[in-house]
Amino acid sequence: MLRDITIGQYVPGESVIHRLDPRTKILLTLIFIISLFIIVKFSGYIIAAAFLFGVIYLSRIPIKYTVKGLRGILIILLITILINMFMTPGRVLWSFLFLRITYEGLTQAVFMGLRLVFLIVGTSLLTLTTPPIIMTDGIEYLLKPFRPIGVPAHELAMMMTIALRFIPTLMEETDKIMKAQMARGADFESGNVLNRARSMVPLLVPLFINAFRRADELAIAMEARCYKGGEGRTRLHELKYSPKDYIAFFMTFVMVGLFIWNRYWVW
Amino acid sequence: MDNFFIKTKNLTYIYGKEKNSKPALKNIDVGIKKGEFVAILGENGSGKSTFARLLNALIIPTDGEVFIKGINTKDSTKVWDIRQTVGMVFQNPDNQLVATIVEDDVAFGPENLGIKPDEIRKRVDMALKAVDMYEYRFKEPHRLSGGQKQRVAIAGIIAMKPECIVLDEPTAMLDPLGRSEVMETIVRLNKEEGITIILITHFMEEAVLADRVIVMSKGEIKMDGTPKSVFSDVEKIRSYGLDVPQVTELSYLLRQDGINIPPDILTVDEMVDGLCQLK
Ligand SMILES: Nc1ncnc2c1ncn2[C@@H]1O[C@H](COP(=O)(O)OP(=O)(O)OP(=O)(O)O)[C@@H](O)[C@H]1O
Ligand SMILES: [Mg+2]
Repeated sequence: MLRDITIGQYVPGESVIHRLDPRTKILLTLIFIISLFIIVKFSGYIIAAAFLFGVIYLSRIPIKYTVKGLRGILIILLITILINMFMTPGRVLWSFLFLRITYEGLTQAVFMGLRLVFLIVGTSLLTLTTPPIIMTDGIEYLLKPFRPIGVPAHELAMMMTIALRFIPTLMEETDKIMKAQMARGADFESGNVLNRARSMVPLLVPLFINAFRRADELAIAMEARCYKGGEGRTRLHELKYSPKDYIAFFMTFVMVGLFIWNRYWVW
Repeated sequence: MDNFFIKTKNLTYIYGKEKNSKPALKNIDVGIKKGEFVAILGENGSGKSTFARLLNALIIPTDGEVFIKGINTKDSTKVWDIRQTVGMVFQNPDNQLVATIVEDDVAFGPENLGIKPDEIRKRVDMALKAVDMYEYRFKEPHRLSGGQKQRVAIAGIIAMKPECIVLDEPTAMLDPLGRSEVMETIVRLNKEEGITIILITHFMEEAVLADRVIVMSKGEIKMDGTPKSVFSDVEKIRSYGLDVPQVTELSYLLRQDGINIPPDILTVDEMVDGLCQLK
């Protein structure tokens, strides 16, 4: 059963969005997030929502997956909204004892909330349509130009790849050790927090020792396969932009244009 | 003097800096020809893995030399040529696969060699077909059985087009089915592709498949010959902490009881023949 774990929240699919170059998706997500800050009118969020729904529709990802990410930030979302609502000075709409809500506070709170929601849904779309390993490739390519100033692009990508490769292996191993300890009477479930933490020690120690041994063997195996770092290394799957990537960039710039138009000229 | 593919001269290796500590290998002189299938046997700590690592410059001799196709492994400019020529497969299949997808892992070696993408593509397909894992190319390694993982590891080496593969107990962690899958693959690579094989193993039944068996003990080569000649000396092989294949043991016991049967029986078929000729 542990064999079937998948890492990240990738939802397999064949849609256009799935097939976009990972660099395109990462860059466009960044542009989308930054451009959200251009919006100062409620109508601007309608444009953003239209854009986002368009992408969700194209990706064929069920809406409920895209909003799942919001659950994790519910508390932050709530705090942001409350602070903005009660702490912004301006025209008072309602007051009770020391609490008062201003018109400015209310709009600020709504905008901040919307911004956060769009931000999370936007980034979720990236991780929902891009397998972690492809994402790693994209990050490596995007960071490559920064090598001269000391960004270890290849090394970072290799570390992420190896982590992704070994997470399932280590999970399986944890499961095995846990069962072995339970067979000898170890108890991982009952007792208070302290007791439970203590019962994890005989689990973590062998796990760590094995992990170090694995790392050592893997390093030797990689060297034996002529690994000498990123220098002079080629790739089986080279990333290449295709027409659909250019269309995606174009559409995103249209969206940013609309945001600016909305902010300074209309509505 | 030699057309040996691998040649060692007075090869000695000591772990650690102190020169007076016990050598893991002592004065090994051995030559291996191209296309040979050599099995190396020896009890734990006899120096088999040390020998294997010396063959592709993962470690450099403390004393003496190793030559691969005439190139000294001490020549640091040739390290990558040597590692490409002599590939290595290790015991634990989990700890030698790097990528999250089978075909990406097979591509790892060629990628390191800086080969063009379309050529890598060809080599990956060729290598996966050679180990009969082509239909698993898009699978994740952790969803494969031990024998399948080990075959992927072998494919990763084949994709680098080596002339020799050194396998350090590749079947030790596998179940019987996985073991026979891997052994079939190894024998096929040797017979059909002409790849030189050096197989380190604890299983006598695997050593029987080789052209030549080398027995090591305490860092030295004690026996070297065809499986028949090595295994027929049951007492000597036992003195190095090893066993003989079961049928060989049976023929040894029968001979001790005065039954006149050949001493160099290695397989069940040979045993049947030997017994039938008694009458
Ligand atoms: N990294 C190391 N550091 C120090 N000593 C080592 C190291 N690796 C091996 N040795 C020692 O060198 C000797 C030979 O070890 P080697 O691993 O080559 O044996 P082996 O024949 O492969 O044994 P096994 O059958 O257990 O794999 C042993 O005495 C061992 O303790
Ligand atoms: Mg060993």
